[in-house]
Amino acid sequence: MTDVFTAQHVIEYPGGYTRSVGPVIGRFLTGLRDGRILAVRLADGRVLVPPTEYDPATSAAVAADGDHWVEVGPRGTVQSFTWVSQPRKGKHSLDKPFAFALIRPDGADTAMLHVVDCGSADAIRVGSRVAPKWRAERTGSITDIEAWLPLGDGEEPEPAALHVPADDEQPVTGITVPIRLEYTLTAGIATTRYLKGLGEGKIIGGRSPSSDDVYAASRGTDPKSGEATSVEVEVRDTGVITTFCVVNVPGLSELAPEIPYVSAQILLDGANNTFFGLIRGVAVDDVHMGQRVKAHWADELKPDHTSIQWFEPTGEPDADYEIYKDYL
Amino acid sequence: MRDVAVVSFAYSNVARDASHNETEMIVPVLHEAVAQSGIAHDEIGFVCSGSLDYLQGGPFAFVAGLDAVGAWPPVRESHVEMDAAWALYEAWVAIQTGEVDSALVYGFGKSSPGDLHEIMALQLDPYYVLPQWPSMVDMAALQACAFLDADGATEKDLAEVAARSQRNAQENPNALRKGNVSADDVLKQPVTHHPLRDADIFPITDGSAAVVIAAGDLARKVSKRPAWIRGIEHRIEGHGLGVRDLTQSESTRAAGAAAGVANGKVDVAELHAQFSHEELILAEALGLDATKTSINPSGGPLAANAVMSAGLVRIGEVARRITNGAADRGVAHATSGPCLQHNLVCVLEGE
Amino acid sequence: MAGKRVAVVGVGQTVHRTARKDVSMAGLVREAAQEALDDAGMAWSDIDAVVIGKAPDMFEGVAMPELYLADALGAVGKPMMRVHTAGSVGGSTSIVAAKLVAAGLHERVLTVAYEKQSESNATWGLSVPMPFAAPLVAGAGGYFAPLIRAYMYRSGAPRHIGHLVAVKDRRAALRNPKAHLHIPDIDLKMVEESFLLWDPLRYLDVCPSSDGAMAMVLGSEQVADASSGPVAWVHGMAMRSEPTMFARRDQVNPQAGKDCAKDVYAQAGITDPRRDFDCAEVYVPFSWYEPMWLENLGFCAEGDGWKLTESGATGPDGDIPWNMSGGVLSSNPIGASGMVRFGEAAQQVRGRSGDYQVELKTGRALGQAYGGGSQFFSMWVVGNQKPA
Repeated sequence: MTDVFTAQHVIEYPGGYTRSVGPVIGRFLTGLRDGRILAVRLADGRVLVPPTEYDPATSAAVAADGDHWVEVGPRGTVQSFTWVSQPRKGKHSLDKPFAFALIRPDGADTAMLHVVDCGSADAIRVGSRVAPKWRAERTGSITDIEAWLPLGDGEEPEPAALHVPADDEQPVTGITVPIRLEYTLTAGIATTRYLKGLGEGKIIGGRSPSSDDVYAASRGTDPKSGEATSVEVEVRDTGVITTFCVVNVPGLSELAPEIPYVSAQILLDGANNTFFGLIRGVAVDDVHMGQRVKAHWADELKPDHTSIQWFEPTGEPDADYEIYKDYL
Repeated sequence: MRDVAVVSFAYSNVARDASHNETEMIVPVLHEAVAQSGIAHDEIGFVCSGSLDYLQGGPFAFVAGLDAVGAWPPVRESHVEMDAAWALYEAWVAIQTGEVDSALVYGFGKSSPGDLHEIMALQLDPYYVLPQWPSMVDMAALQACAFLDADGATEKDLAEVAARSQRNAQENPNALRKGNVSADDVLKQPVTHHPLRDADIFPITDGSAAVVIAAGDLARKVSKRPAWIRGIEHRIEGHGLGVRDLTQSESTRAAGAAAGVANGKVDVAELHAQFSHEELILAEALGLDATKTSINPSGGPLAANAVMSAGLVRIGEVARRITNGAADRGVAHATSGPCLQHNLVCVLEGE
Repeated sequence: MAGKRVAVVGVGQTVHRTARKDVSMAGLVREAAQEALDDAGMAWSDIDAVVIGKAPDMFEGVAMPELYLADALGAVGKPMMRVHTAGSVGGSTSIVAAKLVAAGLHERVLTVAYEKQSESNATWGLSVPMPFAAPLVAGAGGYFAPLIRAYMYRSGAPRHIGHLVAVKDRRAALRNPKAHLHIPDIDLKMVEESFLLWDPLRYLDVCPSSDGAMAMVLGSEQVADASSGPVAWVHGMAMRSEPTMFARRDQVNPQAGKDCAKDVYAQAGITDPRRDFDCAEVYVPFSWYEPMWLENLGFCAEGDGWKLTESGATGPDGDIPWNMSGGVLSSNPIGASGMVRFGEAAQQVRGRSGDYQVELKTGRALGQAYGGGSQFFSMWVVGNQKPA
């Protein structure tokens, strides 16, 4: 099958993830907002930056206050680096080529991952001296340091622009992290077959080679045996409501009708699996188990799920419970 | 400890599977592994899989996998959101309890639908690192840089690894990147992620793998030469790159020692080195001598690396060489996380 | 039960809230883990291996979080695993951890399950719209409410049964300071007057969305025998799965659940669960799942679950209390909820359940979790006596 459907897909939690950071990360981020790099001295004397709520070797708790908190940097040394020739729009903070580096701030025993803005890959090496370039507007985020800049011998780092705290300014307790991922997804053979059928006003299912069971809108197998439902079968667009619920929750989907509406499990004539469909064309209170229904097709058929807009009663006598009792 | 062996193995890799959904992609591999095992489908005691929702682009990727298993009547089943090598570990543990005598283990994932290198940034510290979006390759390159700086190894050494991988892969129908290339050929390529070239970086791969393992007499009954698991161990390291020694793999060393790598000769090793320098770090950690051990004869992950099954493939590739008599004893390695953070070592042996 | 003896030697649990804005993700899991270690009288360095579990990574936007949490949970240099089996994951994580001991591989295993749902939103995380998939226009309740209707039809249960459970479990939560929902004046009228979401489910018939974590330390027989406090011995554990959808699937009373119960009862020597258990902690995210699971778990004949609920037998003064902790209806950090069931069952047989402790007669309790489309099941039986 060469013409399997593909589609663009985006995962993005609207507004970004809302991360509460706890007191230790919060104190470090508050320090960044103030224009300072804070670190913690661990029980064995090592100075850890960026600080975590735990000693990375022993997992012992690191307290959020106390005289084990020290300021490190602002100068630092590159321990390792790589070059990013094509920045990712909307993700990387710089829109020109830059280096990612592990940078050990002076006074710290560990390195932190950050960005070095040095123009070209030739302008950085292991051992390069760097210093932070602070953003003027800082929010309490790891990106409050816009980048680290190469520092020549005897050169002084550019100091952070003074942060004047507001009277009611609180320590940083949270950050918002946008995450957007894009995909090109494949429908697969069975789903493409099914969707193409919908575009022609037909419901195409598949039969597994070793059973008589017919699946419409499955993932392509008879889930009982794991065999591909390779035998194409058309099922009817009429069936029976096996069970349903009345939905009173607004806004569950852009496709959902006005509340209240009915979402039902429907056993199509000729199929051996149920699937969910909307029930319309009948008062919500008149929908019942065993009711015979028929697909209401869109005026303009397309090879997607919108072709069947809903199901509505046929007016036939109800199906006998015996017919659908094994499908609940 | 009960004796447990790999008795069958199947896998499939392609650069981009745009025809099948995940369930359809798994079906032939699962069925081949079960058919080869000589154990009836409904007599397999346990099922365990490895997959990652972020490859599928939606939650519950493993549920789609179950539709390929034939899980009726209901099965004893579990899933790790880890490479399927760890699913094999879980299955091996289940057999060790005596609860079951056999297990079907599978892993699957498509790396091509999304931007895999970007997706893997979601493994990183969510407060300090993810907001800067270093890619999976950027992270590896940071390790490569530190390794070359400290170890005295050169880009030529990396190129030797990359070239040998492609030469070995010529024999492997499941390999994607293969050819009769030399290190000099590789060195002619541009450095894309200092100090790495494209040939030092695994190719994007969609695929799945399945293995059947069985205990003692059952394994002997169904296999002429079972590949016995003599040791299987895994260890994790701390997460922050800044607190780790990136020039070596302490967790691999510890897992290898516990698994008994040094207790005999190693004819073959399949290492889950997704980047050239990782193979050098891993070989050192496992004490492998390239003059005595055939390293990544399949071509290894630099030839094909279907994320979430590639670690299990390493075990399968070693097991196959034992079962077909090409090797008597071998080591398989699987990794997870940035810069070899988490490592599993499995020692396999024929009788 | 197969393998060597295993016992719960330490239990820890966070306070569950809509949003635990006072902690990071590491802080949340460490809160539970530290309490479990303290309970077990152990330090991080005493632990041999760590097993974590949670539901989809998309809830928090952290992929394979065992990597980020390795040093937070004391796993450096040790084996660490991450289990994901949908809603049953808290239970299956406990079982995977227990098997490491049962197999004789480790003496002390730390297991932790968590969810920090306030990082995003559970409704979004559970149903990220996917191309080609039939659009979900009715949400999670829209999946389960029709099955509840089918149950009512089959069993003839009257409409108020679910509300009884909603009241019972919320009243129970008032004795549990760690529970998320505390509704002091909860009563039948309040439930009946709460908003009708998915008929027959009203707002108060449905679980909340919580941040929270649960942790346990599992020990070998030697470790348990040396423990200064009471331990909960694992008498049986089992998992079963079946596909989401297939021909003639019983979705109301799934075979996988029945098989799983049968297996775990056989291991533990349970012949009459209503008599043989002092209590049960069962995954009831929608009130009606109490009577449904009473039948699935064999506490009564098929069709009689609602009668048991109506009789008060599952209440605090009944002969077989269910969800004395307040259950999933009172706290639901999804990935942890199954382990909360397993851990609360252990606390009961240890006599450590404080104001919601049941009287111990048989000294045995059931923990159950389920997930997906009622298709993934995990269960264990714990007891205060060493298994034979």
